[in-house]
Amino acid sequence: MPNTFSLIASSTVGAGGAASIDFTSIPSTYTDLNLVFSLRSSQAAASENIYVTFNGSTANFTARWFYGDGSAIGNSTTGRLIGFGTAANNTANTFGTTSLYIPNYAGSTNKSYSSDTVTENNATLAYTGLIAGLWSNTAAITSISIVPQTAPLFVQYSTAYLYGVKNA
Amino acid sequence: MPNPTRIEINCETGVESIIELTDAEVAELAVQAEQAAVRKAEEDAAKAAEAEAKASAQAKLAALGLTADEIAALSK
Repeated sequence: MPNTFSLIASSTVGAGGAASIDFTSIPSTYTDLNLVFSLRSSQAAASENIYVTFNGSTANFTARWFYGDGSAIGNSTTGRLIGFGTAANNTANTFGTTSLYIPNYAGSTNKSYSSDTVTENNATLAYTGLIAGLWSNTAAITSISIVPQTAPLFVQYSTAYLYGVKNA
Repeated sequence: MPNPTRIEINCETGVESIIELTDAEVAELAVQAEQAAVRKAEEDAAKAAEAEAKASAQAKLAALGLTADEIAALSK
């Protein structure tokens, strides 16, 4: 069981916002990866879906996820979705937080991943979800990008932290 | 007006770069946003139709004489 966490890299979005946050040249020396991010988008909406790209690829993603929004539950199979961010209609200065775990990211088999995600909002409507996904590609993951589904930008003070996990 | 930027962090060097999107990338983002908006509208419409059908079915069951508890039991 992997039991060490090391911060590989992190980023905080500046005043101009960012269309994506891209981690490149990820070393293959760890067992697993854990990407933790806190994001808010500029879209005039109650939430923002966060999508992932591995090695620049948007293909061969499949997923199963379910969610609650404060009054109802639902499920879907949208691939590439790894979490929810807040958006412009949420309480000011709140963010959606997600932890994405990718085991055996440098191996030669297809890459599974899981994530848990929540949004903050001082209202009934706030999202929480669990996601299980698969990237059907045997290449080692060397880059990860996270992008908002609909908004042009992640806003200032959004953050992303990439951790490497390995056996002691 | 400059194009939006993206953040790129090289994990080997630790260097963070702010890179302006190309015109082609901006156009692609616009297409993706439009597609996402269409998908969301379709999903919202499907949810609304489902909720309407559920309410209609519950009203018909109530008209047949079922109690609210009996209708709720059928939904489980």
